[in-house]
Amino acid sequence: MLEIKNLHVRIAEEETEIIKGLDLSVAAGEVAAIMGPNGSGKSTLSYVLAGKEDYEVTEGDILFNGESILEMEPDERAASGVFLAFQYPMEIPGVPTMNFLKAAMNAQRKARDEEEYTTPEFIKTVKAAAGELNIDFNMLKRALNVGFSGGEKKRAEILQMQLLEPKLCVLDETDSGLDIDALKIVSDGVNRLRDPERAFLVITHYQRLLEHIVPDSVHVLYQGRIIESGDKSLALHLEENGYADVIARAA
Amino acid sequence: MNIQKTAAEETLGFMLPTRRVESFHYTDLRANLKSLGEQAARPEDDATRTMGDSFPRLASDACVLHFYDGHGFERNETLPEGVMVSRDLPDALSADGGADDTIPQINSKITTAGVSIAVAKGKEVTQTIGLAHAHTGAAESIASTRFSITAAEGSTSRFIERQMGRSDANHMTSSAVSLNVQQGAKVEYFIVQQAGVGATHLARLNVTLAQDADLSIFVLNAGGKLVRQEVKIAVNGENANLAIRGVNLVGDNAHIDVTTVLEHNVPHTNAEELFRNVVAGDGHGVFQGQIKVAQPAQKTDAQMACNTLLLTDEGDFSAKPELEIFADDVICAHGATVTDIDDEHMFYMQARGIDQKTARGLLIKAFVDEVVEELEAGEELEEAFTGIIDDWLDANI
Ligand SMILES: Nc1ncnc2c1ncn2[C@@H]1O[C@H](COP(=O)(O)OP(=O)(O)O)[C@@H](O)[C@H]1O
Ligand SMILES: [Mg+2]
Repeated sequence: MLEIKNLHVRIAEEETEIIKGLDLSVAAGEVAAIMGPNGSGKSTLSYVLAGKEDYEVTEGDILFNGESILEMEPDERAASGVFLAFQYPMEIPGVPTMNFLKAAMNAQRKARDEEEYTTPEFIKTVKAAAGELNIDFNMLKRALNVGFSGGEKKRAEILQMQLLEPKLCVLDETDSGLDIDALKIVSDGVNRLRDPERAFLVITHYQRLLEHIVPDSVHVLYQGRIIESGDKSLALHLEENGYADVIARAA
Repeated sequence: MNIQKTAAEETLGFMLPTRRVESFHYTDLRANLKSLGEQAARPEDDATRTMGDSFPRLASDACVLHFYDGHGFERNETLPEGVMVSRDLPDALSADGGADDTIPQINSKITTAGVSIAVAKGKEVTQTIGLAHAHTGAAESIASTRFSITAAEGSTSRFIERQMGRSDANHMTSSAVSLNVQQGAKVEYFIVQQAGVGATHLARLNVTLAQDADLSIFVLNAGGKLVRQEVKIAVNGENANLAIRGVNLVGDNAHIDVTTVLEHNVPHTNAEELFRNVVAGDGHGVFQGQIKVAQPAQKTDAQMACNTLLLTDEGDFSAKPELEIFADDVICAHGATVTDIDDEHMFYMQARGIDQKTARGLLIKAFVDEVVEELEAGEELEEAFTGIIDDWLDANI
């Protein structure tokens, strides 16, 4: 489903290279975990997948279902099924969450030549999903993410993911800032969406999340490269030993 | 120096201000108003029946007084109880401010139609009173009105003054209004300017506020090529309360100037000014906000904010707050910001599949709709105003 080949990325307008020859394949139905120390390029990778224009791909390619997405706008990527749950979701003053959700859901439906939701259908769908994620429906009448707590923001991200039904879900440190209960709610939300037709890229620092969302593969990202890949036991190894010996092995 | 008079100055009999007149520094009237054109003919009654068709009523229960191409038309709409209307042309606004009063002077030379409205003492008028001016906007035509409104002691009333047109030909429109809010009266005065993109619209609203008066002004500029809306307010009674809010939607090629002068002459009065502006294409926007606090006007509380979203590099916005404070115990604050749309906000919305145009629209709308919400004018009117904003955004961004 996702194939990243020899990807090199730098910050547009600067020389510094952040992703330096990254290779990664994720199959449909797979949950791939990406782990790595701070500053290794995990968020950068997620932004590049979503199409943020601050980053420039200088070499390599990203194939999604066999086609390069590098020339696609962020909204086109989203419509084709790429979803990024942000590490730091944006606060957008003045735009009520419900209006935003409706615009997003209908935009994607339109891009896929599907009928737009009617208002009652839309409200019903959102209410049901919000209930599952323990989100107070009144919160969704407020401006998007404005004044939401850290945990509420993360749950709102998962709510959007559930409503937009993407094919490739990229979760950037969705566990950070969550207490145990919230972590459980969020993980259950993700697990409900697991599907043979859907792939997940779960970026995290901690084994803790991977106890709830059990990955099929684990990859260590360090200095812009995948330096080691394995199964879920690799995450356990990192939890116990830190990154030092994996880094040493790669050097 | 002997300056050659322009055709406009020949017709008017006085010189028009250039940038060298301080209050016209950002709007060079002399350079932009070379000739005046001809008074528009009175349209056929039949023709006027369809002129406002593409501008549906904003308040369904309104009693509307109609003007077409600078001429008054009697439509026999039932006046609310306690409201008296005289179809005689009110006196011209006083123009003792010299060049600063150029717009009232121009209006006094070109206006033949208007009304005087009196709201009776103590009357609570719930129906909105409309002052609707629709324009054919024929090339080089002039259409102008003058209104005089008195809201007597303890009355409550709401007015919507509206300019409507679709013409892109060069034409001129004008409005001069004097509004006298007497003791304890509560007035909402909403100006909705939707002139055609060929319009030069020159307007002045003069207000006096008596003791305990409460006035909410809203200016929505969503049309015109060269627009100057002046608002001059004398706060003459203690405990008077004033809010001036506005949304200026400055389209490509448009120049929209809102100039307000607030004179606090007595102690214990409040004023709040809030403008949100959107500039598209190579539009130019101007806000001049003068606040004068006279020596006796202790405990004045005056707040002024002007925030602008610049959508392109070609457009610009000039904001000039000006405080002249002679009292020592006052709170006066002003702030002006100019920003463009936040790229991070855009990316977040696009990452959810919302296309660039829609995302921009949502962000711009959020920015200006906040002003409409603050009016607390009721659901119907708020939706009508945000609807005008939506239509403008659809057409201009
Ligand atoms: N927009 C940016 N401008 C400057 N430096 C950046 C930018 N984005 C990322 N970086 C740098 O790139 C490196 C990788 O950052 P990031 O992808 O956020 O790492 P991670 O998510 O793994 O902690 C860091 O050194 C960070 O400072
Ligand atoms: Mg990160």
